[in-house]
Amino acid sequence: MTVLVVDMNWRKDSLAFPEFVSPILAAVEPFVSCAVKHYMDLQPSEIDGYSHIILSGTPLKDFEFQQHLDRFQWIKTSQKPILGICAGMQTIVKVYGENLRACQQVGMTEITTTKENPLFSGIFQAYSLHSYTVTPSKTFEVLAKSKECIQAIKHKQKPLYGVLFHPEVRNQTILSAFVSLA
Amino acid sequence: MRLGVLFSGGKDSTLALHMAAEKETVACIITLVSKNKESFMFHTPNIDVSALQAEALGLPLVSLETEGKKEEELADLEQAIAEAKSKYGIDGVVTGAVESVYQASRVQRICNRLDLWQFNPLWKTNQKCLLEILLEKNFEVIISGVFAYPLDETWLGKQLDTPMITRLVELQGKYGISPSGEGGEIETTVLDAPMFRQKIQVTEAAIEWKGSSGVYVIKQARLTPK
Repeated sequence: MTVLVVDMNWRKDSLAFPEFVSPILAAVEPFVSCAVKHYMDLQPSEIDGYSHIILSGTPLKDFEFQQHLDRFQWIKTSQKPILGICAGMQTIVKVYGENLRACQQVGMTEITTTKENPLFSGIFQAYSLHSYTVTPSKTFEVLAKSKECIQAIKHKQKPLYGVLFHPEVRNQTILSAFVSLA
Repeated sequence: MRLGVLFSGGKDSTLALHMAAEKETVACIITLVSKNKESFMFHTPNIDVSALQAEALGLPLVSLETEGKKEEELADLEQAIAEAKSKYGIDGVVTGAVESVYQASRVQRICNRLDLWQFNPLWKTNQKCLLEILLEKNFEVIISGVFAYPLDETWLGKQLDTPMITRLVELQGKYGISPSGEGGEIETTVLDAPMFRQKIQVTEAAIEWKGSSGVYVIKQARLTPK
């Protein structure tokens, strides 16, 4: 069982890697082995070799990933557990043709769970760093909200999750729960 | 990308500068000199040494004095970053934030207003690992302030080494002290680092102790060849 962490930053081995990828590895590696790939290096045929996939976040000004949505079409066909964090979540909904809307939040944010799920529950504080959120859709159900926006979603038919907040900062148990999903 | 590093002269901002320089171009360092010794945002002991550190680094210094009042100092920080942007054409700002969401989110908001990138390359780094990285990379770091029991004046002015890291980790287990001083228990000053062209030699210093905390004040220092 190996978890793939996809580096979503604007380029491979960037200055943002220690901030947006390393903390995910630190949260998950005590439980499972991990591999890291930058999205430009990831071939769809490789996905089957991993048990779970986590798409990292990016700096607030980094939207380069949105220019390469063709690199993420495997998300639509994969049945593996996938978790998109912030930019990763935005990528998931864009691949499904859904829209984003402007909503900027920076700092600790109160998150309210709206639907029971295996990753988190109740009301909790989490670190936000985003300029856009997702909009309601027929493909995804909403798992959590903040006062300002949708904060977590799940595909209605498969274990494809997105969280807008950054669980690697103050909510690492969400990541350990994700890599425990069967 | 041209970057300005928010620089206190302590171990975290100097290591962040080192990491930034490995990936991008560091165009300047930015220092806020706070008159408030208990500033929420800015490291204070020996901040005056930052001019000498900038010279050792061969980098321009953008320095601004602030009263250090809780939110007003953020306006001063924004002014300093804006000056770095107009003077040195920076595209982004780097900080040495490790755990503080308070510091990181405030710098993020300022950079966002100024349309700048923001990086925290030490974010969430294990504190013992962070201290070990400093030794691996041959940083010369001294303790310039202690602010928590049972740290006493014997720590002041001492150089970070492996036995000190072991002792700090022991104190973490016993007293809950953060080994790298994330909770404000320890402040440090960097006298030498890989990017320094010259090292800093302290020629006159004094220990100032008050109640349960104290600082190692560098009164005179000079640059010496490495």
